[in-house]
Amino acid sequence: MRIYVNGDQREIEPATLALALGALGYGGKKVATALNGRFVPAPARAATQLSDGDKVEVVAPMQGG
Amino acid sequence: MFYGVELSSRLLLGTARYPSPKLLVEAIKVSGAEVVTVSLRREAGPESSGARGGQSFWSIIRSLGMRVLPNTAGCHSVKEAVTTAHMAREMFDTPWIKLEVIRDDETLQPDVFGLVEAARVLVEEGFEVFPYTTEDLAVADRLVEAGCRVLMPWGAPIGSARGLNNVYGLKALRAHFPDIPLVVDAGLGVPSHAAAAMELGYDAVLLNTAVAEAGDPVAMASAFALAIEAGRMAFTAKPLEPRDMAVPSTPVLGKAAFGD
Repeated sequence: MRIYVNGDQREIEPATLALALGALGYGGKKVATALNGRFVPAPARAATQLSDGDKVEVVAPMQGG
Repeated sequence: MFYGVELSSRLLLGTARYPSPKLLVEAIKVSGAEVVTVSLRREAGPESSGARGGQSFWSIIRSLGMRVLPNTAGCHSVKEAVTTAHMAREMFDTPWIKLEVIRDDETLQPDVFGLVEAARVLVEEGFEVFPYTTEDLAVADRLVEAGCRVLMPWGAPIGSARGLNNVYGLKALRAHFPDIPLVVDAGLGVPSHAAAAMELGYDAVLLNTAVAEAGDPVAMASAFALAIEAGRMAFTAKPLEPRDMAVPSTPVLGKAAFGD
């Protein structure tokens, strides 16, 4: 199925958010996630099923003012 | 004192735009700041392992053992700001959030209506909100009503280095909120700007670009730290009010007379 990760279109097997993050190379990284504009806490990722067309945001700590 | 946390430094320092991570670390150290601001940005996949990547930045900040104040920089809507705040709370393990809801892209002027709305939502959810606002008294009042226990009015637009654009407004805000910690956030260019803010009785200043983009960020961090200390000391020493006419400092009484 097709999802959008940080604005980029990606093709993945149907999966939970936790599995998708692993498959996309985020495994082990310190990131926070949102699905379709809503925050998904880390413990909830394994129970969050992705659907076709979903928009996932994956963010990390960055410099800021 | 921010939300029950006592700090000895009155400088909050941003972490962006430094020429190198090394200079960032040195500047933070000499500034004496105990709080640094951070943000959240999209993380690339496995290909990102460079020095600008989020993971290495975070390990630098963690190694300094600083308290962090995450921001919602770049958010233009209440929804965006609230979601970003949620992600920041998990990421940085802190209820503190520097709340920015931006309206105008030229001046980065806050959308004060969205700001108040987002503050209300976040306070309700247990956040300790540091709102980036204008010096508008009525907006400040609404923010306090929403549960903010710190206010961060701008000195001037972010990164503009103009200093305190509206001294009268900032003074009025201080007079109106004697018990709310007030931080001048943004727009400062040189240490005298920071000293001026402290002389008005502000509790602290937050800056980034003035240090990060100085020719020598480490020396500038040190200069700001000294100015902030001097300004605070001057405020507690009760400065003179300006007067229209001269007042001789040398005693007039007892002056020898040489007239005809």
